[in-house]
Amino acid sequence: MTDTAGPPVAGEVGLPILRLDNITKRFGAVSVLRGVNLSLGRGEVLGLVGDNGAGKTTLVKIITGFIRADGGRIFLDGKERRFTSVDEARSHGIETVYQDLALIPQLSVYHNLFLNRELTTGGFLGLLSNRRMRSLARQYLDDINVNIPDIDAEAEMLSGGQRQAIAVARASRMPGVKVLLLDEPLAAMGAREASLIIDLIRDMSKSRGISMIVVDHNYTHLFEFCDRISVIQQGAITWDRKTAETSIDELTEFMVWEYRRQVMSGRVEKVE
Amino acid sequence: MARRETAILVVAVVMFVYFWVSTPNFVGYNNLVTLSQFVAPIAVIGFGEVMLLTLGEIDLSSGTIFVAMPFLAERLAAHGLPLLLAIVLTVIAGGAVGAINGLITILLGLPSFITTLGTLFAIDGVLLLATNATEAGMPHGATVGTVFGIYSWSEILWALGLCVVMYIILHRSRIGLHVVATGGNRNGAAEAGVPVRRVVLWAFVMSGLLASLIGVIDAIRVGTIDPGNTGTTEMFYAVAAAIIGGTAMTGGRGTQIGAAIGAIVLGILYVGFTLRGINANAFILILGIAILVAMAVNVQLGRVSQRRGGRKKAT
Repeated sequence: MTDTAGPPVAGEVGLPILRLDNITKRFGAVSVLRGVNLSLGRGEVLGLVGDNGAGKTTLVKIITGFIRADGGRIFLDGKERRFTSVDEARSHGIETVYQDLALIPQLSVYHNLFLNRELTTGGFLGLLSNRRMRSLARQYLDDINVNIPDIDAEAEMLSGGQRQAIAVARASRMPGVKVLLLDEPLAAMGAREASLIIDLIRDMSKSRGISMIVVDHNYTHLFEFCDRISVIQQGAITWDRKTAETSIDELTEFMVWEYRRQVMSGRVEKVE
Repeated sequence: MARRETAILVVAVVMFVYFWVSTPNFVGYNNLVTLSQFVAPIAVIGFGEVMLLTLGEIDLSSGTIFVAMPFLAERLAAHGLPLLLAIVLTVIAGGAVGAINGLITILLGLPSFITTLGTLFAIDGVLLLATNATEAGMPHGATVGTVFGIYSWSEILWALGLCVVMYIILHRSRIGLHVVATGGNRNGAAEAGVPVRRVVLWAFVMSGLLASLIGVIDAIRVGTIDPGNTGTTEMFYAVAAAIIGGTAMTGGRGTQIGAAIGAIVLGILYVGFTLRGINANAFILILGIAILVAMAVNVQLGRVSQRRGGRKKAT
């Protein structure tokens, strides 16, 4: 946690940890992002909502350095940054859990946790320090209350919820992590598995002070763990409220109203 | 993975005992030397293929590199270079050919099956043009020659040493973990920051290095080198050894120990059949069936382990 007392409240505690200023991105003739402005407070959990194709995933990939924006500016901790790679964004404390799960099915739980940051014996050969990685992984998973019976198990042996928990744990594990991006962390998950992830997200933000952006379609879930919700439509932010000052009904009403407006202006085809 | 290696080891032991009991001279000194010399090149070329198959790639040109590169060593030695230096330069050149395979694959985004199918013929063509399709005698200096092929067991000792090295690289080192990660989930590995293209390039270089090294050793042992051989037989045996040994073509799983045992199985069959006077055509038939059985077992083992883990599809 930072030096401020109590849980941080959106936009009220000093500078935002992350600020996006007029981000644009085109893929060929398609303008996916048309000037996105977004800010994320310290320790804040921001829910990002939008229809398929609205630009959510593109936005997430720009923040994490996986793809580059055509225009606009990104400020992390008050300093302007241009990330040219995932490694570079990560070195500044931006971690991601992608929708398609970055776990490797054939690797053990602890190798997945340490992927691309393996502990080695050092020196010329750089052999893996499996024992050290195994015990550190065990300790960390215990710390964050993620129960994985067999840390040597290959990731494909785990349930969807367990794998998602490992993916979140991996992203949050790095010292210096400032912003965590979660792309549909609860997709295709049962209620019990979802609550495991929801608890994990709450724990990450409240006791570890990690700021998060969560992309999800399920408003009920989002209202359970988000401090604020932003709606992205047609490549721009169109709605932004603190969850304490709004409701699921209000968000639903806005989304439906927007949808109707687009149907009437002929921008989307009506879905029956 | 250990289970797959155990399964093929059992097959190898059973076959060995069968020929031992049923075929006189099978365990005789001369025959074991012949067996080891049949196994070694297949195993070593196979170690490179295991790396590539684990990545979901393949190198069809490895056998051609195996055949072609010794001509470079022969030429360099003929121009007065010490044999050891000629060997070292040739092995490096083999790695460079592998790098060409890798660069074409990653830069042009071609499937490696296509890339290496092309380079297979290209290398063979260069070889035939450069040698005028005529054989050459392979030099063998005293000490260097003994180490690189003249001593009867040197080829299999090289194979054993390389097996240990390649096993450690694939299963105990950072680059090996990245090979498995890239082959298992390329997008996931890339998103975690693994330099997947560099990993693929590296594996092609390894394949080229291994094929040219064992090619030179094999050439020094035999004494003559023949550009008429395209090397595809060696390559297909090597891929077969890798697959029989439990390496999946779908990526993410591979074992050099399995490939070595797979090569031994092929060797036992080949040498055993020869001793018993069964003609080579039967060997080819058995080889074909062995590949199919090995793949079927692999797929079944994969299904069983997934069911045991109660795997669920996420997203």
